[in-house]
Amino acid sequence: MKKTGSQIIVECLKKEGVDTLFNYPGGAVLPLFDELSSAPFHQVLVRHEQAAVHAADGYARASGKVGVVVVTSGPGATNTVTGIATAYMDSIPIVILTGQIPTSLIGNDAFQEADIVGITRPCTKHNYLVKELKDLSRILKEAFYIARSGRPGPVLVDLPKDILVDSAEFKYPEKVSIRGYRPTLEGHPGQIQRAIHLILKSKRPLLYVGGGVISSNASKELFHLSEKLGIPVTMTLMGLGGFPGNHPLSLGMLGMHGTYRANMAVMESDLLIAVGARFDDRVTGKLESFAPQARVIHIDIDPTSISKNVRVDLPIVGDCKRILSKILSLLEKEETPSFRGGLHKWHRQIESWKAIYDMNYQQEQIIKPQYVIEKMDELTGGEAILTTEVGQNQMWAAQYYKYLKPRTFLTSGGLGTMGYGLPAAIGAQVAFPNRLVIGISGDGSFQMNSQELATAVQYRLPIKVAILNNGYLGMVRQWQEFFYGKRYASSSLEGISPDFVKLAEAYGAVGLRATKPEEVVPVLKKAFSIPEPVVIDFVIDPEENVYPMVPAGEPLNQMRLV
Amino acid sequence: MRHVITLLVENEFGVLARIAGLFSGRGFNIECLSVAETLDPAVSTMTIVTRGDDQIIEQVLKQLNKLISIIKVVDLIDKDFVEREMILVKVLATEKTREEILRIVDIFRGKVIDVGAKTYTIEITGDEKKIDALLSLLKPLGIKELVRTGRVAMSRGSKAMTELT
Repeated sequence: MKKTGSQIIVECLKKEGVDTLFNYPGGAVLPLFDELSSAPFHQVLVRHEQAAVHAADGYARASGKVGVVVVTSGPGATNTVTGIATAYMDSIPIVILTGQIPTSLIGNDAFQEADIVGITRPCTKHNYLVKELKDLSRILKEAFYIARSGRPGPVLVDLPKDILVDSAEFKYPEKVSIRGYRPTLEGHPGQIQRAIHLILKSKRPLLYVGGGVISSNASKELFHLSEKLGIPVTMTLMGLGGFPGNHPLSLGMLGMHGTYRANMAVMESDLLIAVGARFDDRVTGKLESFAPQARVIHIDIDPTSISKNVRVDLPIVGDCKRILSKILSLLEKEETPSFRGGLHKWHRQIESWKAIYDMNYQQEQIIKPQYVIEKMDELTGGEAILTTEVGQNQMWAAQYYKYLKPRTFLTSGGLGTMGYGLPAAIGAQVAFPNRLVIGISGDGSFQMNSQELATAVQYRLPIKVAILNNGYLGMVRQWQEFFYGKRYASSSLEGISPDFVKLAEAYGAVGLRATKPEEVVPVLKKAFSIPEPVVIDFVIDPEENVYPMVPAGEPLNQMRLV
Repeated sequence: MRHVITLLVENEFGVLARIAGLFSGRGFNIECLSVAETLDPAVSTMTIVTRGDDQIIEQVLKQLNKLISIIKVVDLIDKDFVEREMILVKVLATEKTREEILRIVDIFRGKVIDVGAKTYTIEITGDEKKIDALLSLLKPLGIKELVRTGRVAMSRGSKAMTELT
């Protein structure tokens, strides 16, 4: 049966199991929107295309499904770039459909023309310009397959207007075959056996886990491995939630703002087992001094991550979940209780680091941001979904909330995108309408996409936005304090931000404010009880810093603790 | 160290841009690159000459493999291989130098393919060393213009690139 390109797209989206789209219409893509008007998808109209991608990203991170975005050509497409780059750096599966001017006009500098395939080439896992209608259904099938398989990532499909309008026979391809793309899923059996050998010989092993554990849904296997062998676990920012933050074997986050014990454990470990992590500079600090005593096992689905920054003794390429479960099943044959017993000294050493320095702050007359996050953790029992912006708010949210489950901490780790948190919270709330979703924000970051309050209000998404308002671009100010002689160039927002309570009310959301420590808990309780979007303005200590801090390029044991 | 990498790629628009973008975006160096269709019009072959230490070359190969439009990547440096480049060179030919140029061309088994009032245009094929040697002899005589195709390379023996591991 003949269908128009727009109808073919709707059919393909249905076949892919898509239920939600994050949209913004425009001229070139109108034929598709016309078709979408009667399509059975939940469609969320955002207020800026960047937010559409962040929302789809939040939706994907929270649900594990592919997020889908539909926007128009030219500025609609270019506005998505930051969102796409964010998703690319964090390996989040998204498919972005962009309208494009008709094929006959491409290259003529037509109205709202942009070479979005050229622009997004380095920040997508793959992208396509559909030049012929006969390729459309194959390309869409491939786009979803590439986005969600292997190391996931964003895939963009550019759709010229004539492709949307013209008709062709529709046949949905049942199989995908891309000869240049065959991700390795099963780890090499010999390497896995060698890994077990190394693990059982180690005295001070440490699991260093990243976002790969979450994207491959491997947290159950990780949990069993850690518990069975008694191996402590430290998580990257992207890995938080991959292992329960309240577990005795959890050392919390490592790296620049990691815990004292996690960073010390890296320095003292004799075997680092990296799982779905990529040795980012914010994790390693000075490369030459990273894990100086350790042999390194690296489990990752992406071969390019292996030996990119840190020399690896034993690489295993494949899907984290499959490899960890293989290791677990092979360990059945080994004598593990005695190994576990042998780690006693190592556990005691880690305990002693915890006794020397643990996350702490002094709650004074003015609200401390750490206190806000800690109270949130207590009130929600670690069960909420948190999104963050970037900077101090992000680090406090990482340090003081104990994430118990994967897909509950959504943050822009790789690209570090301010403006991510609010739209990501919208996406997560769309995926889970009945769960508590909290967007941790700063007064600076919030203003990078605050227009999305309108979206939250329109769809009655009961997200809670907690602004840790210190009147500064806080992390910039902190670096200026430490490294630039306290010259606070362009980082003060004091007295020049809008009244966030009134702003929330102007959008039709609820605005609340807390200025004293004793107001924090009542305001949080109140916010959580309101089934509507709420913005809370927490007026916090303007010069509070994030500790510990390893200055960029220093070894991990060079931590500023106060 | 210098590496000669040969690739099979999907013959579709944008592939060259993907590869060039990968090299520039990651700070890898391309010394030369040549590309053309294979017997199968859906597939092109590329030869890239690049330089880097082991760690960089490992990344180059892995990153190339990661591109979805690339079907196969082989670093020929680990293999026994042959490489060739063709150049066209327009060299000044005076009363005094004409004989010498022809002698050089003859020794290098090149060809004079065009003659101007004051120039010879010479075609020559060979590996890097041979080309360099020829150019160093012609340079003092006055080279007006030089065009090089970039290297093409192939492993020795009966195995095709698709059969190499």
